[in-house]
Amino acid sequence: MWLDRIIENINYIGAIALFVIGLRIVVTHSNLIKRIMGINIMGTGVFLFFVAIGNVTGGVPPIVNPEVEDQLFINPIPSVLILTGIVVVVSITVYSLSLVVKIYENYKTIDQKELSKLISEENNEH
Amino acid sequence: MNDIIVKNITRIIIPFAQVYGIFIILNGHVSPGGGFAGGAIIGTTLILYTLVFGREKGKKKFSHKASEIAESGGIIWFVTIGLVGLVVADRFLTNINAGFPEGIIGEILSGGMIPLLMIGIGVKVASTMISLFNLLIDEGV
Amino acid sequence: MRKILSNTLFIVLFVVLVYAVFQMPTGANINAPAYNDIARHYLENGASETNAANIIAAILADYRGFDTLGETIVLFTSVVAVGSVLRSTKHDKEVRDHE
Repeated sequence: MWLDRIIENINYIGAIALFVIGLRIVVTHSNLIKRIMGINIMGTGVFLFFVAIGNVTGGVPPIVNPEVEDQLFINPIPSVLILTGIVVVVSITVYSLSLVVKIYENYKTIDQKELSKLISEENNEH
Repeated sequence: MNDIIVKNITRIIIPFAQVYGIFIILNGHVSPGGGFAGGAIIGTTLILYTLVFGREKGKKKFSHKASEIAESGGIIWFVTIGLVGLVVADRFLTNINAGFPEGIIGEILSGGMIPLLMIGIGVKVASTMISLFNLLIDEGV
Repeated sequence: MRKILSNTLFIVLFVVLVYAVFQMPTGANINAPAYNDIARHYLENGASETNAANIIAAILADYRGFDTLGETIVLFTSVVAVGSVLRSTKHDKEVRDHE
């Protein structure tokens, strides 16, 4: 019975696994570029969750064929919304990478722990 | 990168990939795909060219000026198509009621303004991908 | 020790989220809550109203054209933002070299 439910919800479970993996990378790693990768993996998990909501068993992609009557289509709205979301994730990834470039030029490190040490030293000097 | 295998394979593969990207953009309204997917493919081929042949040669293929024109041209094209609907049918981004040709469903000339908008989106996404890459490797404008 | 603790925490989080998914009104059929009137309207009338075979393209460019316009503006803004963030360093360097 449990196995049935797992098979039924395997898309959602995969999405949650991706989300938790991404969250673990963001929380435990101190390298800024690894954190950006973690945010990307988290975003992928959210996209998978969203698209899986629109799934219909036995449905076909929503492309109308005028010769075939009474086709069962999947839900198109989550796919459309996620198409927009993918682009936003690309934008925030590049923006955060550019901020990392700036941070490296100023502090010569991209490690969060060393960075906070350097910043607190800077604050103590003033 | 100074590898003869990589250079020759890139030279062979880029035209096919770009034609495939254009195919996906133009068939966006009758088959899976559309402006985002096709634009991403075209942008990726230009990134591959820059990676293999270096920034100097890549600049000749897609200069800063070209990226400026494509970036703003995509949005201006989109808004122009929308304004046609505003002028003719009183609503922004009106499709069939604004007099765009309907065509026959399932053929490439159909869907009114949707293929035109898809071309705009494709140009926009392709130029955004390549210019973001160029900005990051140049570290500045 | 810290690593084991944090890994345990994430496994607990995973189990909690999976339990939450089991409580969702799932079932991948047309009675799912997400398959509402709007989706049905798009699927039934989309092809005749826009004459495009691909319903996703019809929604993207016709029904929700404003959404797509805003999203191209997001792309444009990202290019401008990255350019302005990276430009200042180059500009500073040139000023420093000049002095």
